[in-house]
Amino acid sequence: MTGDGIAMAYRAGAPLMDMEMVQYHPTCLVETGILITEGARGEGAHLLNANGERFMEKSAPNKMELASRDVVSRAEQIEINEGRGVGPNKAGIFLDVTVVPRKRTLEALREIVNLGRDFAGVDITREPIMIRPGQHYIMGGVKTDVDGRTPIEGLYAAGEVACVSVHGGNRLGANSLLDTLIFGRRSGEHAAARAASMGMPSVDANAALREDAARIDAIVARPRDGRRVSEIKTELGETMNRHAAVFRDEEGLHSALETIGRLREEADRAWIDDRGTVFNQDVLGAIELGYMVDCAEATVVAALERKESRGAQFRTDYPERNDAEWLKHIDITRGADGAPEVGYSPVTITQWQPEERKY
Amino acid sequence: MAEAHDRPPEQFTLKLRRYDPESGDAPYWDEHTVELEPHRSVLEAILQARDRFDGSIGIRCSCRQAICGSCGVRVNGEPSLACHTHLDAAKAGAENGVIEIEPMGNMPVIKDLIVDMDAVHWKKIQRVTPWLLAKQPVPEREYLVSKESMVDVTQTMACIQCGACVSDCLAMEVDPGFIGPAALAKAYRFVGDPRDDEQFERLNDLAQDPQGIFDCTHCFKCVQACPKDVNPMGQIMRLRRIATSDQHIVDQNNGERHEAAIVGLIRNYGLLHEAELIPRSYGGNSWFAKFTPAAGKELLSSLPVIVRGVLRGKLNPKIAIFGHKIPSADLKAVQAIYDKIESRPERYELNLYIVGEDEEPAPVAAAVGVGPGGEAADASTSTEGSDEQ
Repeated sequence: MTGDGIAMAYRAGAPLMDMEMVQYHPTCLVETGILITEGARGEGAHLLNANGERFMEKSAPNKMELASRDVVSRAEQIEINEGRGVGPNKAGIFLDVTVVPRKRTLEALREIVNLGRDFAGVDITREPIMIRPGQHYIMGGVKTDVDGRTPIEGLYAAGEVACVSVHGGNRLGANSLLDTLIFGRRSGEHAAARAASMGMPSVDANAALREDAARIDAIVARPRDGRRVSEIKTELGETMNRHAAVFRDEEGLHSALETIGRLREEADRAWIDDRGTVFNQDVLGAIELGYMVDCAEATVVAALERKESRGAQFRTDYPERNDAEWLKHIDITRGADGAPEVGYSPVTITQWQPEERKY
Repeated sequence: MAEAHDRPPEQFTLKLRRYDPESGDAPYWDEHTVELEPHRSVLEAILQARDRFDGSIGIRCSCRQAICGSCGVRVNGEPSLACHTHLDAAKAGAENGVIEIEPMGNMPVIKDLIVDMDAVHWKKIQRVTPWLLAKQPVPEREYLVSKESMVDVTQTMACIQCGACVSDCLAMEVDPGFIGPAALAKAYRFVGDPRDDEQFERLNDLAQDPQGIFDCTHCFKCVQACPKDVNPMGQIMRLRRIATSDQHIVDQNNGERHEAAIVGLIRNYGLLHEAELIPRSYGGNSWFAKFTPAAGKELLSSLPVIVRGVLRGKLNPKIAIFGHKIPSADLKAVQAIYDKIESRPERYELNLYIVGEDEEPAPVAAAVGVGPGGEAADASTSTEGSDEQ
């Protein structure tokens, strides 16, 4: 994922909301990050540490493995951080599907039987498989209303790009369908009605094309004195995984922000090999890298700003939830100088009063 | 079935088929050596080469876990998903240990490993009306179907549109207009859906089209190529069985009559009686078929092929004309199989995709069920029959 839509709207001046709320899925393969469905735990699979303990007893004795994603991801990360992880670098946790009857696993979890076999070399019906938390979904995005309208006249957003804020700080499984099916439809209908009710705007399409062509030409013409796109991309990913993942603190986030600033400069000069005009994925990679840097920056700035723990955001230096000060959204807008500016907007509370989740 | 994933990185040499449409040059080979653990995928190796050595290497990819279908390529000549092919396996299957990676076949190459899926694959998918034409009225809430119906179409739903089957379809190589394995498997997705209102119309359309269901030559290439076990050829055969046996569609391509002729001849002679096949396929399922004008015309036009067959020793004139003689006990055994199958109230359809594994399969059932594709028709009676009935 490269966050193209979010970054494009951000550059056009649209505010981003809840960008600090990044969901980590508890069960991704250690090596590749491939997702192992929640269905595995739904069918009764256990999570075990190096001592063979079902460590979820400590953080969610009633829900155990079925606790929400943020809770399970944090519990796993604690086991790994405290040296009770499994595998070569103790960087994993065992997901034990063997407790589910084999026939049931083959029927209901066939896709992950195949994933385990092909991508981890494990027959999950016979032995546990090594997993870890992995970045999965972002609750934040381009701020919209329930019709997909952003504060910029005529700009709509829907899907994971958008933040309608129906998920709060922590989306539940399968609820991303709301983004696509419900708000995708609403946005489409609203945008279509709006378009039908207005005249054709006068836009110089050729000027826009010339601008984009010039931008692409400039990327292609970059001298080979900087870094490769792939190197910067890797460092950006490593930085975010280290400092802006399941657990965050001020020091780490500051260091991430510094690194992102340097990477932004390097990204602007990153050189590519492909000089062609047909299916040039190299130039695409350079453009996407710029979008990724924007998204990473907005996420880190928002995570630094929110000095409390709520939903997917957990600050080890502010481990408590603080409704008095932080029951509000953080909006990030791109300032005139290109730097992110922080703002706030109120939380819309309807039928249910927000309360702390306890297991 | 699982293999060790704890071996250290090794060097692998890739030979990539490159093509730059803007250079005016012919395609060429480009070699790169990468270092990765042997269980990592061919896709990861290509991406490493792209990241480290040459950012201009073109390949589509997205999920890297065999669910998006973007990275279809040929590895050592065989169509596969690059992300679904382990490096050690690819190296073992390579000449001189150099892994050869080429774009898929039957589709024009846009650049390097990227082929034009729109020009071929997606056009064919569009051809089969790939959406539900629901029976009316549509229920207000969920439209429930039986578990049996769901299981029946699940295999075709496993298709990820990677194009591997299209790449190596031999019929399409000869007749590029053939609707082809992926699109016909998709057609079964809706023909087999009890909510669809146009089963007959769909089947009639695909049967009457000269490049439809009767254009497949049963070569099994698509079955072998599919990384998701969709068994496209099996779906085409199901379409044929429903079109002919259930909907009694007699098509202008003589597909239905050809099938009836083969079935009838083997019942009567125990083996195929070649000289009778063309007359009966065109003139009707009787000995007198050869005297009909349609059969005469077809026999005449096939004469050069028949003569070439005889000259090259592919056809023994005596056996071809008088038919094979097999011992009467064997003939009775063949006919007993016919009687048994035809006496069943319902046709068994094989679906090893879902019913493939029992708790601990009995040795006999396993031997039949897990056999190569050719044995599949028999397996339906032993494995699925016992489980689903």
